[in-house]
Amino acid sequence: MNAPLPDPMVPVPFRIEKVRRDLSDTFTMELVPEAGGEFAFQPGQFNMLYVFGVGEVPISISGDPADRSVLVHTTRSVGQVTEALDALKPGDSLGVRGPFGTSWPVESAFGHDLVFVAGGVGLAPLRPAIYQAMANRERFGRVIVLYGARTPEDILYKKELERWRGRFDLDVLVTVDRATGRWGGNVGVVTNLVARGGFDPLNTTSFVCGPEVMMRYAAQALEKKGVDTGRIWVSVERNMKCGCGLCGHCQWGPHFTCKDGPVFRYDRVADLFQIREL
Amino acid sequence: MVKPDNLAGVLQEHPFFQGIAPSLRDLLVGCAANERFEAGSMLFRQGDSADKFYLIRSGTVAIEIDQPARPPIVVETITEGEVAGWSWLVPPYRLTFDARALTLVRALSFDAQCLRRKMEAEPALGYDVLRRFLPIMAHRLSASRLQMLDLYAPPKPAKVKKEKAEKAAKKSKGTNRSPDARLKKAKKKDAKS
Repeated sequence: MNAPLPDPMVPVPFRIEKVRRDLSDTFTMELVPEAGGEFAFQPGQFNMLYVFGVGEVPISISGDPADRSVLVHTTRSVGQVTEALDALKPGDSLGVRGPFGTSWPVESAFGHDLVFVAGGVGLAPLRPAIYQAMANRERFGRVIVLYGARTPEDILYKKELERWRGRFDLDVLVTVDRATGRWGGNVGVVTNLVARGGFDPLNTTSFVCGPEVMMRYAAQALEKKGVDTGRIWVSVERNMKCGCGLCGHCQWGPHFTCKDGPVFRYDRVADLFQIREL
Repeated sequence: MVKPDNLAGVLQEHPFFQGIAPSLRDLLVGCAANERFEAGSMLFRQGDSADKFYLIRSGTVAIEIDQPARPPIVVETITEGEVAGWSWLVPPYRLTFDARALTLVRALSFDAQCLRRKMEAEPALGYDVLRRFLPIMAHRLSASRLQMLDLYAPPKPAKVKKEKAEKAAKKSKGTNRSPDARLKKAKKKDAKS
């Protein structure tokens, strides 16, 4: 059960325990509450991370939900606040509000093949669900991770992917959009991996996370394979500010992505993906 | 699984020709051959006459573009159950990419001239083959467009946006005053009156 925070609008101070550079512009931080205690969350949820004096950003939690002693966030440095986050070091403090939002319904996939489709840093919000699936491995049919990155140098969690690939009960397929001859793996978009299948479409649940265009095409590829759109889940990002559906900044059609999302059932939002103004 | 012991069986088992009518399959078999490529060897080269295409039975093939003094760029990989080469369908029947075996590759190759001749003579075969190729061509075109979008690229740096914004502000000089400036001007006007 999630430990309720005293007030969702008040940041709780956390201390940075470790920082690991994943890619040239992407890093993973491990945080612990300064006041001690644990942090519980569901896979797919996000926190508002506050760099004191700079601002707040919504960042998905990318750690193992079974490990409540540490809060893990993987962040790409793309703006003022994330650049300030990137400049923080172990021992520094930051404010955390959360966890917010809906989660990947891992338990609803029990008895099914489970297909994770991730693109770029979209692997980070999926990782907690992958951990949870691996912890309950016997409750699924095939578990498949399909991951697309820009180049071989941009593959996130490379060592972990290699480790997962080494398991006999997990299929991991990685593809890159462009490569030179030194790369011996797949080249092409991640939807190509979906098209190759390897799962029973009539008995499959899929979680998809990445850039919105990629998610749209991946969902279409899954649907084309025969996966029910009611069993495809996507994670949508908008301009989350308050994190609890009060401010309206993250409105997406009739939804507030911070509260009704970020994880949505695809058949409920498929039409919204087609509306350009949103 | 019983291993197919003849070309007709191999062809029947390959996903690309799944469900093909036996009469059409037999026409195809006359143009087909079993081939094997060691890792690193070329299936075909850009610019060559497109006189073959391949159904990959096992292994991985890289579709590449050669560039001078640099390693070739891999644009796509094709694997078991997929098809390599469609230039044989489109005049002037010249190959537009290189295809290199990344691993040991076993494939069924088809003599393009033989097949084109049979497709002309037997429209049902022509229709069937094109019906199977077209969705793959459409899928690969769509996939190539997605690749071109470079979806996972980092967003443009804020600095560039800022510079653009500054340029835009300079252009609209006079109409883009800050609220402070407008307030000062209004106060000045009030003082005068």
